[in-house]
Amino acid sequence: MGILRGKLLPPALAILFSALLCGVALVVSGANPAEAFGAMVSQVGEGTTAVDIINSTGTYYIAALAVAIGFQMNLFNIGVEGQYRVAAVVAAVFGGSFALPPGLHALAIILVAALVGALWAAIPAILKVTRGVNEVISTIMMNGLALGLAAYLIREDVFGELRGNNIRTPEIHESGWVPGISFGASGTVFGLVFLAAALGIGYWVMMNRTRFGFELKASGESSTAAAAGGVSAKKMVLIAMLLSGGIAGLVSMPEILGRDHTYNLNFPAGIGFSGIAIALLGRNHPGGIAFGALLWAFLDKSGLALDNVGVPREIVTIMQGAIVLSVVVAYEVVRRFELAAEQRRVGKELGTVAA
Amino acid sequence: MSTSTPAATPAVVLSGITKRFPGVVANSDVHLTVRAGEVHALCGENGAGKSTLMKILYGMQQPDEGTIEVDGKPVRFRSPADAIKAGIGMVHQHFMLADNLTVQENVVLGAESLHGIGGKARKVIQGLAESTGLTVDPGVLVERLGVADRQRVEILKVLYRGAKVIILDEPTAVLVPQEVDELFATLRGMQEQGFTFLFISHKLDEVRAIADSVTVIRRGTTVGTADPKTVSSRQLAEMMVGSELPSPETRESTVTDKVVLLVENLGLVAEEGTRPVLDGIDLVVRSGEVVGIAGVEGNGQTELVETIMGMRKAHHGRVLLGDRDLTKLGTLARREAGIGYVPEDRHRQGLLLTQPLWANRILGYQTRTPVSKGQWLDLPGAKKDTQRIVDEFDVRTPGIDVPAAALSGGNQQKLVVGRELSGDPVLLIASHPTRGVDVGAQALIWDEIKRARARGLAVLLISADLDELIGLSDTIKVMLRGRLVADADPSTVTPEDLGSAMTGAGATSPAVEAVPGAEVEGE
Repeated sequence: MGILRGKLLPPALAILFSALLCGVALVVSGANPAEAFGAMVSQVGEGTTAVDIINSTGTYYIAALAVAIGFQMNLFNIGVEGQYRVAAVVAAVFGGSFALPPGLHALAIILVAALVGALWAAIPAILKVTRGVNEVISTIMMNGLALGLAAYLIREDVFGELRGNNIRTPEIHESGWVPGISFGASGTVFGLVFLAAALGIGYWVMMNRTRFGFELKASGESSTAAAAGGVSAKKMVLIAMLLSGGIAGLVSMPEILGRDHTYNLNFPAGIGFSGIAIALLGRNHPGGIAFGALLWAFLDKSGLALDNVGVPREIVTIMQGAIVLSVVVAYEVVRRFELAAEQRRVGKELGTVAA
Repeated sequence: MSTSTPAATPAVVLSGITKRFPGVVANSDVHLTVRAGEVHALCGENGAGKSTLMKILYGMQQPDEGTIEVDGKPVRFRSPADAIKAGIGMVHQHFMLADNLTVQENVVLGAESLHGIGGKARKVIQGLAESTGLTVDPGVLVERLGVADRQRVEILKVLYRGAKVIILDEPTAVLVPQEVDELFATLRGMQEQGFTFLFISHKLDEVRAIADSVTVIRRGTTVGTADPKTVSSRQLAEMMVGSELPSPETRESTVTDKVVLLVENLGLVAEEGTRPVLDGIDLVVRSGEVVGIAGVEGNGQTELVETIMGMRKAHHGRVLLGDRDLTKLGTLARREAGIGYVPEDRHRQGLLLTQPLWANRILGYQTRTPVSKGQWLDLPGAKKDTQRIVDEFDVRTPGIDVPAAALSGGNQQKLVVGRELSGDPVLLIASHPTRGVDVGAQALIWDEIKRARARGLAVLLISADLDELIGLSDTIKVMLRGRLVADADPSTVTPEDLGSAMTGAGATSPAVEAVPGAEVEGE
């Protein structure tokens, strides 16, 4: 009954359209689009690219889930960026300061990261609930604060230490590491990629099977109907924001516990913002987000190959932007079309074509 | 008051306007003739189709059928810009002004091509300002202006764009009585300069004070046009409300002496100020009793319901259900205590339109069987019970998986009523339970309410449909300016008596008895 048409057609159209758009951009800048796209696809088989894509997908997936929880009730958590950064520093410092039995140590670090992310998100949540401060503004400002706080915490005279020309937190003891799946020369898949998958399943169950998920969706669809149905808007804002922040806190865990074992100056930035785009792309659906994260990771990692064929890799950014934009437009167009079609169908089946 | 020449070409003629939205007909065969230079009032209850009609005239929506003529020439408006070009302007009920810009900037915004944005525009504005009674300098920031002056700026905006026919959407809703008088003086002054006004309102006394003719719209269609000088408020109210029901059937009373809902001295203060919206409300609803609240809309009925439901926080007073004090509880806890709630606007408050019917069954019941088990939803249970409602309440739908938006208004409302009568409520609060639904759904909903009442359900019924109130209620209370001012006996009262009590004209019939201590300020 049109589920395929309604759910899969828009993103497929959008991706095709944005590929076309990028093709045009490539032609205009004097490159051969076929060659560029070919280089990107063949890059997947090179070196560690395939594994890098999987690892990156996991990270993006967690970030996008964090954003999606807020999106479900029209709450814009732009602060995932700051939440995962603060959570990463604090968790790395915490994990590096003592040793616990293996497994327990890693678990403790993960819990601390989630807690710190939630606490960092609690500030804009409380501001919104008590003072009506717009969460977009406050979370953006919290991102700035997070950057400063992280820089302060890894100073040598605070928790950091100097290694070569890099400043980092003390290395986490081996008991806190999470082993990955090694593919030899092709790289190692982070163990916590499975955490991302588990979070996705948990998210689906929450949204579709629990009272909380129902209330979240109801608040997002119609705040007035939710209020009349006994859903407390303030409580929902608070819980959704804390949950979003908690998951955001986990974003950097696969990398820190699986490879770096420390927070250092090379810490990746911008994952929170990519998460927003991916959540949009995936329409807040766990499957859609997984696809979006994979696509994002593919564009990121295989975009490196573009330099080899003389195309600036910034074209990838254009591609990502074009995809998000066309997906949003395509969904809206299809949604309106579907609703009208559904009403006509109901009218026809009842023999009383909706007057 | 200027006398218009009947021979002149009418300023605006709407004929046979029909506008359908999926599932509802918002306007059906509407005819409206506005003579040049008159103040023409358009009256009707909320939801009667006034706004849709005005949106069509202003080019915000296109009619499915019918024609519009302006100054005798047929026109087709594709956007408000077309309407403005034809000399039609609209002053919205909610001001569309940028507070942080000056009066001049607000007026010029979007019409920069007319007279630029500098001195020339300023001169034009000053010239026009006089006729609107606006005395402030065009360079003053709008945030400094009071409500009445802001409204003048809105009028100025449409004048600046060359409007000769001005639509005023409920212009007095935001004004205090003195400001209303000033506005009316301004309108009369402008009328003498040749402007034509379409005045939308449901306040009958104001309509009678300002309008040269009145057209009444009910259930999407025009009922008739009257001369406000000869027609009484009562007659107008009757036209607005209509008498479409069979005369209220006599039946035996099922009222018991078991008090279900007790409201004591309930008071609510408006969010934006200190004006009391509800004042000293005392109300008792007993098991097996239907208590009807009559009143012209906007006199506090919505607030009363939402305060009893816990969606608004009472300023003072208590709400008790049986022996249980609900005053401090939230909406969900009140629902769990046994209140069913049919909200006045099913689209905004009753349904999740894009969600399937079974998900709508869960709304408001997310903590209770059969649709939920603690923190977990019981989807099979919800679907099964939705199917039961669909069968018992004759909800015409191809299935329970279609989104609620796909159903017609009447079927949506049957679903809502069915849901709210599930879970053994002890009290049902029904706000306009049959508004905007077809006759068949209306009869079914009435039957269900009567049946539930016979089982001992207490019902608080709010309706603008006086026949519905008289036909269903065991007791009627009249609400005016946030107070319950009179009691009426439904077995003897007529819609005319109720109508005059609702407008504050005072109790004229022995069937309407003023509540002692509730003074009605005279008009």
